[in-house]
Amino acid sequence: MKKFKEQLSGRVFFALALSSISALALITVFIIANGAPLIADVGVVKFIFGMEWAPSRGEFGIFPMVIGSVTVTLGAAVIGVPIGVCCSVFLAEFAPKAMSTIFRPAIQLLAGIPSVVYGFWGLIFVVPAVRNLFGGPGLSILTGSIILGVMILPTVISISEVSILALPRQYKEGALALGMTHWQTIYAVMIPAAKSGIVAAVILGIGRAIGETMAVIMVLGNAVSVPESILDPVRTLTTNIGIEMGYASGEHQQALFATGIVLFVAIMILNSFAQYITRRK
Amino acid sequence: MVKQSKIVINNMNYYYRKKQVIFDLSLEIPRNEIMAVFGPANSGVTTFLRSLNRLCDLTPEGHMDGEILLDGESIYGHASNVTELRRRVGMVFEVPTPLPMSIFDNIAFGPRLNGKKSMKEITETVERALRQAALWDEVKDRLSISGMSLSGGQQQRLCIARVLALEPEVILLDRACSGLDPISTAKIEESLIQLKEQFTIVIAPHNIQQAVRICDRAVFMLMGHLIEEGTNVEVFSNPKDQRTSDYITGRFG
Amino acid sequence: MKLTPAQSEKIARTVIWAAALLVIGLLSFIIVYILVKGLPVINVQFLTDNPRSMGRTGGIASSIVGTFMVTVLAIAIVIPFGIGTAFYLAEYTKGNMLTRVIRFSAESLAGIPSIVYGLFGFIFFVIYLKLGWSILSGGLTLAFMILPTVIRTSEEAILAVPLIYREVSFSLSATKWQTISRVVFPSALLGIVNGIILSIGRCVAETAAVMLTAGLALGMPTSIFSPTRTMAVHFYVLAMEGISTENAFGTAALLIVLILLINVVANTLVNRFMAKGR
Repeated sequence: MKKFKEQLSGRVFFALALSSISALALITVFIIANGAPLIADVGVVKFIFGMEWAPSRGEFGIFPMVIGSVTVTLGAAVIGVPIGVCCSVFLAEFAPKAMSTIFRPAIQLLAGIPSVVYGFWGLIFVVPAVRNLFGGPGLSILTGSIILGVMILPTVISISEVSILALPRQYKEGALALGMTHWQTIYAVMIPAAKSGIVAAVILGIGRAIGETMAVIMVLGNAVSVPESILDPVRTLTTNIGIEMGYASGEHQQALFATGIVLFVAIMILNSFAQYITRRK
Repeated sequence: MVKQSKIVINNMNYYYRKKQVIFDLSLEIPRNEIMAVFGPANSGVTTFLRSLNRLCDLTPEGHMDGEILLDGESIYGHASNVTELRRRVGMVFEVPTPLPMSIFDNIAFGPRLNGKKSMKEITETVERALRQAALWDEVKDRLSISGMSLSGGQQQRLCIARVLALEPEVILLDRACSGLDPISTAKIEESLIQLKEQFTIVIAPHNIQQAVRICDRAVFMLMGHLIEEGTNVEVFSNPKDQRTSDYITGRFG
Repeated sequence: MKLTPAQSEKIARTVIWAAALLVIGLLSFIIVYILVKGLPVINVQFLTDNPRSMGRTGGIASSIVGTFMVTVLAIAIVIPFGIGTAFYLAEYTKGNMLTRVIRFSAESLAGIPSIVYGLFGFIFFVIYLKLGWSILSGGLTLAFMILPTVIRTSEEAILAVPLIYREVSFSLSATKWQTISRVVFPSALLGIVNGIILSIGRCVAETAAVMLTAGLALGMPTSIFSPTRTMAVHFYVLAMEGISTENAFGTAALLIVLILLINVVANTLVNRFMAKGR
C-alpha cells in the first residue's frame, strides 16, 4: 500500500508537471493553425510590411501596427526603465527600513491594479494633459508610452532589485573599503555586476509593454496609419486584435490570429533572450 | 564473552562525485553499548553515520561500495527496505530539528507513518518516549505547543524522544550536543547511558571529553581512514597510534 | 566643471529618492482618485441590482457574480496543475532535460500577453470545444494564464522549506510521499496560498482574455455555461463607450478595493510565512 502510494504520487506529479508544456503547445498550435493560412495567402513580407489594413476589401497589411507597437514600447522603455532602475537601487541600497516596508507592497499593488484602470486614468488625466501641454488630439504615442511606462515599473523594479540584492556582499564592502563613496560603489561596481539581471528586467518589461492591450486601447486613438510624430494616434498589434475581435469573422478573424502570431513570435524571442541572459552566469 | 555484533561493516568505501571520503572501513559495532566515532572536521564521521541508516542515499552524487550488515543482513541489498531500516536505525542530528508542529505531533510523527494505530496506542508511545528521553516532566502539561518553542536542550531531547518513539534498535547521534549548555548535555548523556540497556548507540561526540565520559568503545577517524578502534580505556588512556594520541592530547584538530 | 564625489553622491541620492517618491505619489494618486470618485457611487443598491439599459443605470450584481464564478473556476482548475508541477520541479527531479523544458514552458507562458490567451481561449474553448462564450471558457482561459504564476510562487515556497526537515522526515522512516504530504506541504502552505491569492487578483483584474472568452452578456449567470461580463470588462465597456462615467467609477472603485484587500491578505501571509521560517 505504502509502495503503491509512493509510485502513484510520483507519477501523478509527473503528469501534472506536463501541464505547462501541453499548455504552451496547445496555445502555439491553435494560434498558428488559425493565423498561418492567411499569412501564407498574403505572403509574410506583404503581411508584415503591407501599409494597407482594410479587412472589408481583403487588404491585410499590419505595418502601421508594427510601427505603433514598436514606438509605444520604446517610449514606455524610455520612461519606465530609468525610473524603474532608480527605484530598484533605492530599494536595494537607499531605502530606510520604514520606507522599504511601504515601498515593496506598493510595487506589488502597482502590478495588481487592473490594466483597464490604468487606461481609464490615462483617458481622464493624461490625455487632456498631453493635449493641453503639447497640442494634438491627446490620444497619442506619448500618452500610451506614459501609461505603459508606469505599468512596466513593477517588472523592471522587482527583477532588477533581485539581481542587485543577489550580489555578494564583498563587492560592496570591497569597494567601500577602497574609499569609494556609496554612489561610486553602486555606479561603478554594483550596477555593472548586476547588469545581466537588469538587462533581463528591461527585456521582460518591454515584453510586458508590447503585450499590453486594454490600457493602451483607451489612450492611443487607434488610427491605422503610420505616425509622423509622437503626438499622433496609433494602433498597436494588441489593440488591433482587441478592437476588431468582437465582430471579425472569416478571413478577417484569421488576419487577427495572424496578428497574434506576430505578437507571439516577438514575445517568445524577447523572453528566450531574457531567459538566456539570466541563465548565462 | 562472545556477543553477536549489532552492525558489521566490511570494506566500506564512500565517494562523493570523484572524491573518496571514506577508505576501506571495516568495523563491528557491538549491541547494547555506546560507541563513539570521532575525528577532526572532514574525517568522514558524519558520512559514516549517515550511511548506517542510508540517509546518505539522499545525497545525489554520493556513491558507496562495500557491505553493511544489520543483524547479519545487508542493509544495501535488494531485499532491504529503506523505510524499515530507518525505523530500526534512528538518527538525531547536530542541530535540534523539531518539525514545525506540536510536541505531541513531533513524537507521534514516526508511529503515525505506518497507520493503523489507535489514538490510545499513540498517546502511550508518546508518553513512554518522552519519559525515556527525560523530557516528560517538563512538557507533560503543554504537549500541544509548538516543538520550536522549547529551549535548545529540550528540543534536542524532543528529537531523541522522537527517535525512541519509532522503537528503534540503533540510535545514531551526530554531534547531538554541540550547541547545548552543559546542564542539557549532562541530562542527555545521562539518558543515553540508561538507554544503552535497550539500544545500540553510535555517537559522534562533539568533543573528546564527551566521548571519554560516556562511550564503551571508541573509533578514531582521520581523513576518511579508520585509525584506531578499541575500548574507552584503550583508545583514550593508552592509544596505540601516534596520530590518535596527538589528536586527543590536542596537538592538532 | 567636474563634480566632486561628494557632489555626485548628493545628486544621485536626490534623483533616486525623487524617482521613488514619484512612483509612490503616482500610485497613491491613481488609487485615491478612483476611490474618491467611485466610492460614493457604491451602495447596497449598486451591489445588488443588475445593470439596466446597458449599464447606464442600475448596479453591477451580475458582473460581481460573474467575476466571482470565473475566478473560482480558474483557481480550482489551476491548483492541482500549478502546485503539482511545483512539487515535481522542486522534489522529484535533479535538473534534467525534461525539467528544463518544463521551466522554459512555464517562463514562456508567463510572458504571453493576455490578448493572446484571449485569442487562444476563443478559438479553443469557445469555438473548437463548443463551450461558447461562457464562464467555463473564461475560467479555463484564466487558468492557463495564471498557471505559470502559481507554479513559480509554489516552487519558491517549497524550496524555502529547510532541507533538514526533509532529512528528519526521511530519518524517521517516512517515504517520499509521506515527507511531502506531512512535512513539506504544510510548511510551504502559507507561501503557496500567497501565490494563489495573488493569482486571484490577476483573475479579477484581467480584461482582454475574459472579454474574448466569457463574453459581454449582462444577465445574471445561472450556471458555468452562461456567458457573463466580468467587472473589469463591464468597466471597460462603460468607460470606453461613454455609457456611464459614474457607474464606471463605481465599478473601478470596487475593483481597486478588491485588489487592495487581496494585496493586504497576501502581504500578511508573507509576513507570517517569513516569521515562521525563522
